Amino acid sequence: MSKVLEFEKPIIELRKQIAELRKFSEENKLDLSHEIYVLVRKVKQMERQIYENLSPWQRVSIARWQERPTSLDYIERLIDNFIEFHGDRYYGDDRAIIGGIGSFEGRAVTVIGHQKGKNTKENLEMNFGMPNPEGYRKALRLMKQAEKFNRPIITFIDTPGAYCGLGAEERGQGEAIALNLLEMSRLKTPIIAIIIGEGGSGGALALGVGDRVGMLENSIYSVISPEGLASILWKDASRAEEGARVMRLTAQDLLDLKIIDNIIKEARGGAHKDYDFTANKIKSYISKSLEELKGLDRDELLANRYKKFRNMGIWK
Amino acid sequence: MLKDFFYKKKKYATLTLEEDKKTPSPSVSKNHEKPQDTSHDKIKDSRINPRKRIQAIIDKDTFIEYDSDVESSNPLDFPDYGDKLKKAIEASGEKEAVITGEGAIDGEKVVICVMNPNFMMGSMGSVVGEKITRAIERALDKRLPLIIFTASGGARMQEGILSLMQMAKTSQALGRLAEEGILYISVLTDPTTGGVTASFAMLGDIILAEPGTLICFAGPRVIEQTIKEKLPEGFQRAEFLLEKGFVDKIVKPEDMKSVLAQIIKLHSRDGGIHE
Repeated sequence: MSKVLEFEKPIIELRKQIAELRKFSEENKLDLSHEIYVLVRKVKQMERQIYENLSPWQRVSIARWQERPTSLDYIERLIDNFIEFHGDRYYGDDRAIIGGIGSFEGRAVTVIGHQKGKNTKENLEMNFGMPNPEGYRKALRLMKQAEKFNRPIITFIDTPGAYCGLGAEERGQGEAIALNLLEMSRLKTPIIAIIIGEGGSGGALALGVGDRVGMLENSIYSVISPEGLASILWKDASRAEEGARVMRLTAQDLLDLKIIDNIIKEARGGAHKDYDFTANKIKSYISKSLEELKGLDRDELLANRYKKFRNMGIWK
Repeated sequence: MLKDFFYKKKKYATLTLEEDKKTPSPSVSKNHEKPQDTSHDKIKDSRINPRKRIQAIIDKDTFIEYDSDVESSNPLDFPDYGDKLKKAIEASGEKEAVITGEGAIDGEKVVICVMNPNFMMGSMGSVVGEKITRAIERALDKRLPLIIFTASGGARMQEGILSLMQMAKTSQALGRLAEEGILYISVLTDPTTGGVTASFAMLGDIILAEPGTLICFAGPRVIEQTIKEKLPEGFQRAEFLLEKGFVDKIVKPEDMKSVLAQIIKLHSRDGGIHE
């Protein structure tokens, strides 16, 4: 790996030292096994200390990490015979949202997700995972199609937010998101939404009105980015770290606030350390959720979905 | 293209509202070099207090307020939020950024919600979302038309994710209303932005807007920062949205009651207007 997350640097440094010591001991036929043993213990302890006590801001950096698996990485691992479908039928095809059909454990499903790129070229194509209205309209079209053919819907949420551009406004970004919220709430088919990276505001929620909402343990979900919060409330974007702390955007926070149903485990240090491990956890989650929802008739399904979002909010 | 905006602006955005004629603000008349801001300042100055708005729209002595006792707490223990709320309550004499209730318009009963842009910028937190949702549910129970006057700076950041979820909560309630065939008119007043635009504001069966109203998802400053360009004049104003097909009709405040009455009467059970 070429790049490392800032807070991992001490671990990487220590691992490098251990490697050098091993090399030195081999080359000089010196028995340094005790010294190496002590350092290995130390690095393991350090990993535990760092990875098990991640601050909200550290999780923000993992959630945004360039190497973090995207919707497509999970689709490749979880969905057989995936066929991507394109376009909203009104204006265009938005590459910031990927959608299509395939089979999950032998059952036909519709899968829709925000799509980020893995490098600059891809990110320019996919607009860094920030959809325009046509992206949301494509998602809605595919969701309606899923309802028509009685397929469950799986959504992967991973966006800094809906795109804030001239064209997006001109073509009704607000209307597109609003309509998705309304329509998702009454789609007569099970919806499982999973936040896999950044859950950026309305642009994330527009794929998030699910019967089950799960969240990867290092993903984030918030009303605005920590930078945005800091710049609006404190006129100082550099206080983003503090923003991340006070706005409660981690999976555990959202579970406590009853916004999400479950936290899905990632490989230690973040999903990017082991794509397959994380994909398998997601697989079990989808599998279990579909099983639970299977027994409900449509009225119950919709009534429960309504109740779930109806109960959100806290006041005096 | 740009020329179009100038033309539109001449036609609509400098339109003088009744209240401006009476009290021209000195800062507005001085500001010759920034015509765009000038016209919007005028609109800002003419923002109508929600109680006055209800008086102007609802027949005398018919208004019954809902849920006036629902008050915000500080669910995330967000720094300074408690103080900000206290100040907003003191300054406005209101407990939150929306007033909800029922009353009659030209004798036709309706459920009405009016947002207050001067209470923490009309931002939507748990209470705004809850009061609006309850109003929608009452409209559903009583089978009454619903009117929401929107005015909001967006989500209330101090309530974090809870405020985001109010978008889903209010929108799904409107979904139920739609299924029952009950009329919902949203009236966009200055400013209608962010999470409110991306939920109930844009979900009206009929969407009206007051002249010059700023209507957007992302605010002009955010967009300028993103695209690193100045926005064309008139961008994101009511007239622009009308042109782009997102607003049914622009209605001046002084005509609002009669237009609402006309629409509601055309939706009454016998579907006619009887004089």
